[in-house]
Amino acid sequence: MSDDKQALEPRVGVYVCHCGLNIAGAVDCAAVAEYAEGLDNVVVARHDGYCCSEPGQNRIKEDIAQHRLNRVVVASCSPRLHEPTFRQCVAAAGLNPYLMEMANLREQCSWVHSHEPQAATAKAKDLVRSAVARTRGLSARHEIEVPMDQATLVIGGGVAGIQAALDLADDGFKVFLVEKQPSIGGMMARLDKTYPTMDCSI
Amino acid sequence: MADAGRHPNITLLTGSEVKSVKGYVGNFTAKILKKARFVHEDQCTACGDCAEVCPVVVPDEFNEGLSSRRAIYQPFPQAVPSAYVLDIKNCLGHDPIKCGKCAERCDKKCIDFDMKDEELEVKVGTIVVATGMEVYDPTVLDEYGYTRYANVLTSLELERLINAGGPTQGQVVRLSDRRRPRSVAFIQCVGSRSQKRGNPYCSNICCMNTIKSTLQLKEHYPDIDLKVFYIDIRAFGKGFEDLYRRSRLEGAQYVRGLPGAVREDPATGDLILTVENTATDKLEEHRAEMVVLATGVHPPEEMHIVQEMLALQKCSDGFYLEAHPKLQPVDSATKGIFFAGCAEGPKDIKESVTQASAAAARASRLMSPGRLLVEAITAEVHDEACTMCGICAKVCPYNAISFDKKSGRPAKVNEAACAGCGTCAAECPASAIHMHHFTDDQINAQIDAILEEDPHAVIPVFACNWCSYAGADFAGVSRMQYPANTRLIRTMCSGRVREDFVWRAFQRGAPVVLVSGCHIGDCHYIDANHWTEKRVKRMWRKMEKLGLRPERLQLEWISAAEGVRFRDVMQRMEELRQSVSAQELAETLRILQEEADRTAAKRETAA
Repeated sequence: MSDDKQALEPRVGVYVCHCGLNIAGAVDCAAVAEYAEGLDNVVVARHDGYCCSEPGQNRIKEDIAQHRLNRVVVASCSPRLHEPTFRQCVAAAGLNPYLMEMANLREQCSWVHSHEPQAATAKAKDLVRSAVARTRGLSARHEIEVPMDQATLVIGGGVAGIQAALDLADDGFKVFLVEKQPSIGGMMARLDKTYPTMDCSI
Repeated sequence: MADAGRHPNITLLTGSEVKSVKGYVGNFTAKILKKARFVHEDQCTACGDCAEVCPVVVPDEFNEGLSSRRAIYQPFPQAVPSAYVLDIKNCLGHDPIKCGKCAERCDKKCIDFDMKDEELEVKVGTIVVATGMEVYDPTVLDEYGYTRYANVLTSLELERLINAGGPTQGQVVRLSDRRRPRSVAFIQCVGSRSQKRGNPYCSNICCMNTIKSTLQLKEHYPDIDLKVFYIDIRAFGKGFEDLYRRSRLEGAQYVRGLPGAVREDPATGDLILTVENTATDKLEEHRAEMVVLATGVHPPEEMHIVQEMLALQKCSDGFYLEAHPKLQPVDSATKGIFFAGCAEGPKDIKESVTQASAAAARASRLMSPGRLLVEAITAEVHDEACTMCGICAKVCPYNAISFDKKSGRPAKVNEAACAGCGTCAAECPASAIHMHHFTDDQINAQIDAILEEDPHAVIPVFACNWCSYAGADFAGVSRMQYPANTRLIRTMCSGRVREDFVWRAFQRGAPVVLVSGCHIGDCHYIDANHWTEKRVKRMWRKMEKLGLRPERLQLEWISAAEGVRFRDVMQRMEELRQSVSAQELAETLRILQEEADRTAAKRETAA
């Protein structure tokens, strides 16, 4: 789908995830999906056991094709967790990944209002409404390519710093291993034997 | 260790400190201060002739002060680089009248008193933070008598005594009479698992370290009498339980209960431990010729320097916070920076090595393609709307906006350098900056949506992606309950929150508004949150002038680890919301409407 086409009148698909009982334990997901269906520009709204599962993602991809969706709202967990998953999902169906938006119904709703199902459901509806409102203004974006220096700075020359430096150096990267003390080795060098194998530390 | 010293791809910089790090993933520039060693490490053969003639004697820190070293010394026999180092603070100096003996003695002439500190600049794509831990100092736990009684040692001191390369060539002796102890008592959880003193967390390594020490002692001295005083023995790793069982089979006695007091028998230097045995519910006294305190670990005192330099976050226990405790356990929240070893939490050697390899693999995965795709969240100036005031260029933390008033051309954003905080778009008086993916229109639409129904009951919260939004997620993961009328609007940085957004929320009937971001000094966009703070203060003054209660706009710094703080702030916001009456809300709408009318009239006159 070209960027131009995606800029046309928004056609939004909303997917409310149960996340097993993680969300559905406090939020009435069916009611949220039904509510979403009534919002402007929403073409299709569904609720699903696990949106991140393969069948869950396939459903989204099918809808993008079938309903000519040009915006997607996934109402599930935090975007800090699954934003890359759903961006990839919509991209696989030809939609620009920046046209996908998430509503955080788990970390910021069901888990923190677990004893107030009514209030949690009301909040979930608000969060979905807010996400749908945001998607209307979204536009396609293309990631920017920046150069990457093929070298690593390792701060600390104890056993962990040494191991990380060696692995990276063996991989062919330049490593700058910085240690405050006059020798590397850190705490490990001061131990005699180490458990569980009782061999020497150095 | 030696492998790291000779690897062609590793530049070893010992006696060095990172002074500053600038840039972002793929393009970091680090300044490193390499302190003068006063010995040319590439020429020194570690023959030791210099130390033989050095007249200065100081305690040897490597051996916990249990032996001494000279002012010119090698930290330990297997040190890498294998070269001597001059401790300039204790050295008498190169004045031939005073000393200079070592330089005279060195045949290869590799001692150089004029050596200067060097500053190096390196360019790297990724950073691994492996800053380790420090061992708890038990002196403050007076009941155990460490430093008061000669025969009370720490586990690290025992480690040095039992080490063949240590001060006694592996002979375990009492410090009071240099005699081998016939009995040793270990006290566990020293500085760990205490809500009152020391640290509340389990230090992870002390149980197994003690078990190891009992086996070593039994191997050296089969007749030695060993007792271990503990709360729980945590032997959960692979092969650990076997080791624990072996220790018991070898005759080490495990007593459940921590001694309340240790006192010394002055005649013998022996120690008497009073302990409530929680297995038998009896108060017991035990005698030991030596006591070893199984000391825990804590983050290094100087950890905050690297933390601030790299804008990393810490957990409540003081160690670094990973991006996700299960799915990204070695990533920091800042892309391109990884954790290895105890920097992230107490670990034994196997775990440190495992995590270090994981960190290396994560860094390698990022660097291998030689290029990097970054999120397309960048700012763009609308040329026709730009009034050429230059404020955007001034507030950009990355110097990513070029502007020259004399040229008469609008400001221009360098997309590759723009990190996407949105501070420029928030400060632009002409609304001429389009912050892609977090545009004014998108955020306004969200504000309107959350305040569409019953705005008087809603608490709008602007939360930055890296800290306060993550803090809210952490509250969620921890199942902390807080009022359900909070509605978050995510921005990448609190610097993005334009004044207009807050006014709009109040105009839509919000009783209170919260702007939240990373703590000052922890901002993921260098110092963009300084502008947030300035802006909110400006708004408070304006609210006061207009006759609105300034406290209805709150500013809070909440880190990604502060789930508790997030919950508490939400509860406070709800109390604050309840203090706003319907009358006050009506009055607010009237005042803001009048203000909007005045602004519109002014604009009309100007036009």
